[in-house]
Amino acid sequence: MLMASATRTNRANRTPAAPGRPPSRAAALWRSSVGKKAVMAVSGLLMLAYLVAHMLGNLKVFFGPDDLNGYAHWLRTIGQPVLHHGWFLWLARPVLLAAVVTHGVAAYQLSRRDLKARPQQYVHRRRQSTYATRTMRWGGVILGLFVVWHILDLTTLTVNPAAEEGHPYQNIVASFSTWYGGGIYCVAMLALGLHVRHGFWSAAQTLGVNNPRRDRALKAAANGLALLLTAGFLSVPVAVMAGLVR
Amino acid sequence: MNLTLRIWRQQGPDTPGEMTEYRVSGISEDMSFLEMLDTLNEELILRGDRPVAFDHDCREGICGACGMVINGQAHGPERTTTCQLHMRHFEDGDTIDVEPWRAGAFPVVRDLVVDRSALDRIIGSGGYITAPTGSAPEAHATAVPKEAADLAFEHAECIGCGACVAACPNGSAMLFTAAKVVHLNVLPQGAPERASRVRNMVGAMDAEGFGGCTNTGECATACPKGIPLTGIARLNREFLRS
Repeated sequence: MLMASATRTNRANRTPAAPGRPPSRAAALWRSSVGKKAVMAVSGLLMLAYLVAHMLGNLKVFFGPDDLNGYAHWLRTIGQPVLHHGWFLWLARPVLLAAVVTHGVAAYQLSRRDLKARPQQYVHRRRQSTYATRTMRWGGVILGLFVVWHILDLTTLTVNPAAEEGHPYQNIVASFSTWYGGGIYCVAMLALGLHVRHGFWSAAQTLGVNNPRRDRALKAAANGLALLLTAGFLSVPVAVMAGLVR
Repeated sequence: MNLTLRIWRQQGPDTPGEMTEYRVSGISEDMSFLEMLDTLNEELILRGDRPVAFDHDCREGICGACGMVINGQAHGPERTTTCQLHMRHFEDGDTIDVEPWRAGAFPVVRDLVVDRSALDRIIGSGGYITAPTGSAPEAHATAVPKEAADLAFEHAECIGCGACVAACPNGSAMLFTAAKVVHLNVLPQGAPERASRVRNMVGAMDAEGFGGCTNTGECATACPKGIPLTGIARLNREFLRS
């Protein structure tokens, strides 16, 4: 009897839980550095999936104004008659906005933590890691600013030189015909390629799907995806500037 | 060999430090980096100066006590511990920068000695198996699959030197924590506490002020024991499933 009670955990002596209710799973996830990175990975992959669809849709520009404008119109009819005209896009936008915001907030908080963890730099500094890895933070800021510009340019048409509502083809050609319109877009797409190159593999690592056997394949997939996205997106302004799409 | 050394000198935790230049001569290329520092210290002591403080113990690459950043690389240009780094990897006339591990969680004690007890506290939060102690159990009482045994051994090689933290641009201890978590979590003996172990150890790691992982891979490149970067992916998976 004495032996048995000696091996039993004394519940009263256990470390008391923090006052109040224990944090929920979601809060605990967000509070830990590993969990916050998982949130970044998931939101990043969501945006990446959207970008693949976006890029493929953009290629319709090569089939002429009717094809692209018709496609843009069809996007607004998805889900009809259950959904009203344009509702599908309005359902997608909050999801994308949430992804952008959580990705950015998590990145900011994690970066603050990372910089604080190395208060004193080495005197002998060495170039570390790949270019894509080193430019993740500022590349992300560039992409965030670009998204704002891009929406003002081709969604709200606030800064678009043509600003013909319902005629995206004409607006695209007008925007990319200006040096700044094409220039900003090209720089942003190069930043996107670098961001995806490190980001995709990094997300696989963060979500724990990487292992020694998959490592090379995942890196190759990240490079391929980055290249494909950048090339696909860049083909449109390049074609406009070369006069192939007018 | 004649060398110029620029070494971080710092009297105590709260005093400012600086790089100080020294010249050493008559260094044999068969000396280890620590023996080269011993030579310098002998000269400093004879001159009445304070010798350079650095951590060292086994000097055969298995204890993890020694460690300094040499020319910006943790443990220097070879993938080994500082005690196993030989002077033949340097050229006569070289200038070598020697600095302590730099991380908020590793405060400098003196010169090249840093306080790495933050790593001990991560271990203390779950890097063990809560089981009755006593005589060693019969070796074949618990069958361990070969694959799990290999994986556990690979990660158990970690000697806790802290080179991963020193090399990481974020001062992150993810590779260290990964090594400790994976080592125990893949074994049947570690399975019952699998979830609480990873949660507590990641929590302790965050609480110590280490940075997060940005997958730069610098840690695994610097690790003298070759703990793989994919160990971090496994740690992440363990954490997310807990």
